[in-house]
Amino acid sequence: MSTLIRERVPVRNTPPAAVRPQRRRLGRRTILLGGAAVAWLLGFIFLHGTATLNLPASELTDLHRTLNQVNAWVADNRADNPVFQYLLTPLRSAVDVVANLFTGIFAASTTGLRLPEIGWLGTVALLGWIAWAAGNIRVALLTVAVFIFFGLQGLFVDAAYSFALVLTAVLFTLLTGIPLGILAGISARVSKVITPVLDFMQILPTFVYLAPLALIFLIGPASAVIATVIYAAPPVIRLTAHGIRGIPADTREASDSLGTTGVQRLITLQLPLARRTIVMGINQTTMAALSMVTIAALIAAPGLGQVVVRALQSLDVGTAVNAGLSIVLLAIALDRVTTAASRRAEPGAARNRRISRRTRYILLGAGFVVVLAAIQLSRTMLWAAVFPKDLNIGPGIVDGVTAASQWLQTNLFFLTVSLREGVTNGVLNPFQSLLTDTPFYLLALVIIAVACALGRWQLGLVAAACLAVIICLGLWSDAMVTLAGTLVATSVVMILGVIFGVAMGRSNRVDQIMRPLLDAGQTMPAFVYLVPFLGLFGATRFTAIVAGIIYAAPVAIKITADGIAAISPTVMEAAVSAGSTPWQIITKVQLPMARKSLALAANQGLIYVLAMVVVGALVGAGGLGYDVVAGFVQSSLFGKGLAAGLAIVFLGILLDRMTQAAAVRPARKTAPGKPVRH
Amino acid sequence: MSRTSQLLKRTLPALAGTAAAALMLAGCGGATVNQAVAGNGSATPCGSVNVALNAWVGYTADAAVYSYVAQNKLGCTVTQKELSEQISWQGFGSGEVDVIMENWGHADLAKQYITDQKVAVDAGPTGNEGHIGWYVPPWMVQKYPDILDYKNLDKYASLFATSESSGKGQVLDGDPAFVTNDEALVKNLGLNYKVVFSGSEAALIQSFRTAEKNKTPLLGYFYEPQWFLSEVPLKKVSLPPYTPGCDSDPEKVACDYPDYKLNKIISKKFADSGSPAAKLAKAFTWTNADQNSVATDIQGGMKPEAAAKKWVDAHPDQVAAWLK
Repeated sequence: MSTLIRERVPVRNTPPAAVRPQRRRLGRRTILLGGAAVAWLLGFIFLHGTATLNLPASELTDLHRTLNQVNAWVADNRADNPVFQYLLTPLRSAVDVVANLFTGIFAASTTGLRLPEIGWLGTVALLGWIAWAAGNIRVALLTVAVFIFFGLQGLFVDAAYSFALVLTAVLFTLLTGIPLGILAGISARVSKVITPVLDFMQILPTFVYLAPLALIFLIGPASAVIATVIYAAPPVIRLTAHGIRGIPADTREASDSLGTTGVQRLITLQLPLARRTIVMGINQTTMAALSMVTIAALIAAPGLGQVVVRALQSLDVGTAVNAGLSIVLLAIALDRVTTAASRRAEPGAARNRRISRRTRYILLGAGFVVVLAAIQLSRTMLWAAVFPKDLNIGPGIVDGVTAASQWLQTNLFFLTVSLREGVTNGVLNPFQSLLTDTPFYLLALVIIAVACALGRWQLGLVAAACLAVIICLGLWSDAMVTLAGTLVATSVVMILGVIFGVAMGRSNRVDQIMRPLLDAGQTMPAFVYLVPFLGLFGATRFTAIVAGIIYAAPVAIKITADGIAAISPTVMEAAVSAGSTPWQIITKVQLPMARKSLALAANQGLIYVLAMVVVGALVGAGGLGYDVVAGFVQSSLFGKGLAAGLAIVFLGILLDRMTQAAAVRPARKTAPGKPVRH
Repeated sequence: MSRTSQLLKRTLPALAGTAAAALMLAGCGGATVNQAVAGNGSATPCGSVNVALNAWVGYTADAAVYSYVAQNKLGCTVTQKELSEQISWQGFGSGEVDVIMENWGHADLAKQYITDQKVAVDAGPTGNEGHIGWYVPPWMVQKYPDILDYKNLDKYASLFATSESSGKGQVLDGDPAFVTNDEALVKNLGLNYKVVFSGSEAALIQSFRTAEKNKTPLLGYFYEPQWFLSEVPLKKVSLPPYTPGCDSDPEKVACDYPDYKLNKIISKKFADSGSPAAKLAKAFTWTNADQNSVATDIQGGMKPEAAAKKWVDAHPDQVAAWLK
């Protein structure tokens, strides 16, 4: 779900040095893998259906019941426990005050007619001006156009609510994230402690902490903001730390030789030099915050998310697309403005400007007077306070999309149904049965053996530990259902990744056409495109897999394309001059040489698909995702939902480590590089 | 050093500007259109009401009529919040939710929030009586007359099998948030079935409609009052009869759902505030037929407010009695 967070990391494409690993090692690996496969098949055939550790959805283990008690305990102690009295409740109130301030200014005040402090005209003018001041005139025009379009869609107030919550969340994220990032940048020890925590925060499905947060902070904007801060903080912490650590040692020494103290060094050298990276972190954080604020509609966060949730409930494709369009536009505007701000923050950017600083200030000042006038108007005139209802193309969009989707549903019904049934019966069900009907001890051994084959015995240990935790959580069978769906989705993602990645890597034109599409696919909150697929395929595991593929394919395609494009032209020319056909070049040169990129694409594809597991459960995926969703909405399943969330994290760690090991396979002698995740 | 001053130079005017704007806003705070018009309209001290909006059309009908009356007859400001059933209850403590318009049982939540935490109160019945159960489309009853007894369900399990039910018969449920014992029922009655969630009421209705139209088998969770039953009169499968207490342990349920006297729950704070909207919430009652007529209109494409207005205009006496 973390839309743009991970993609900007450059792909490290180390040259595929030793294409063939040593013979002996290959032998050991083949024996391990082959043995595992044979044992698995034999076990599946002869021990079919025994020791599957299947736990029906309504049943709980003692662990789940214990976790359920948390629910009652919090309810009983909210009033008089000192932790609540002096820490959590004041925290909630503080967040609430800020959230109410911003929603009051932009969306709706709590008094009178519930008009905002600044009506639509003032909001548009003010935000346009801020975009101009922080970025440039182009992003300012974009901002103005986007916000006016919200009005035309009939969603201005909803969009303003979402914007106000994003603003609140980003504010709190920066207040906590930047100091933490600075600490982590300065001190290696802090960094060591904080990194695994950040890893954990990013793998943990958002749904999992939504329920406990709502329990502790009660539902409403405050919990929504706190949940968003948890989700959006990692990128800014990481990037701030990275920016500070990335300052060249000689620059730092030059400053030290002048006798600067630690604080002086921070203020005069480290922060200014890291500014651009920090602003980039703000960009990533804003995008993450937007996608989380949408999901937080489930705990009564107002805004566009509410519209999408309602549409999801009534299968109203038109409304969902209309609201989804606003979310995408808001995301684009926020992304472009913060990106422009980070360009402006670049050292040396000032020199390349066309107009002098002085002219700019005069223009900005003049603009601000206009903004003040617009604000004043929007506070005194009803037409400037509430977006005119006659200028509404929202129903047009809704009706058009609804008609189109109706047509698709009636006319493509047989096609979509047969596709769904074919994939489900032909691939998904047999594979899932292979995973769920094999005895757990056997399958666990098989996975550990594969881990040993891919990495060394340490990886086998990690795998064993992860599997043991999943078994202890009582959710083995559900985890295998999730694993089946995840692997099927990842295979499709990889096929798409290779096809489109090769096409993009080989042709600049295809690349130019595809890239904006991929960007859009990643910016769109997952929540939104669920609805059309729900309409086409119904609530089934197939739909969930499709949603996962759409979310994960762009990243796999991009990584593959970058890998193919990075192959040295000399090698290519040699192949061409040797008379190879294009097909031979692709299969014999490009794909083998981009092997590391392919492995990385598989790794990222898996992680992205896994991030969609819970969202997929909203449209019919079973397994762990369903447990999390059910635990969120049924208090008797609260504990099981928590356990399922943890199980997803451990499944994620297991898959991540195993695919990473596969990725470093050719160059085993070098230290396995840090994951390029996030 | 120069870079810092540069940064200052750029941020200072922005800050100053924002401060100036804030000052200006404070300066002309008295005369905004928000307050000015509100002054005329708010003759009755009603204030604002937060209504939870649960995800089925019958509920939407209740909430729409209540909101319409509160807004137009009492001058309240009504905010509707899309929330799932059990999450709504958590809103009583924080003031996020003032009213739940149609509550289905939930003895555990009632104990937690009404008896123990005392943040909510029962605002009396809505006048609707709810039934939950397993239903089949009418054509199946004509073809397989004995299907309405749960003991015969296993005989037909293969009919109901789908690609989602792993070889067993499928029981199609709605939203995971709805009140349901179906998973436990299947297990404790020893049926060869699997519960599959369709995700929403809309999907459930769509499935039953297609099943009746194409004469395909379907067994699913459904409930009354429901406008859809007047379009397709689904038939209820009889499960072992309900006896008080037979559903006390959610993992061991092996009996039918009870008859639910649907009621309204309002927050304690709201009830004590003396707001006319709280009185309205307590007085609100109507019949299943009333709810179905509004729900049918909403489902037919009418906006909930418009459907509510239509019903309120047609029933002035009943509305007047609520407002007395």
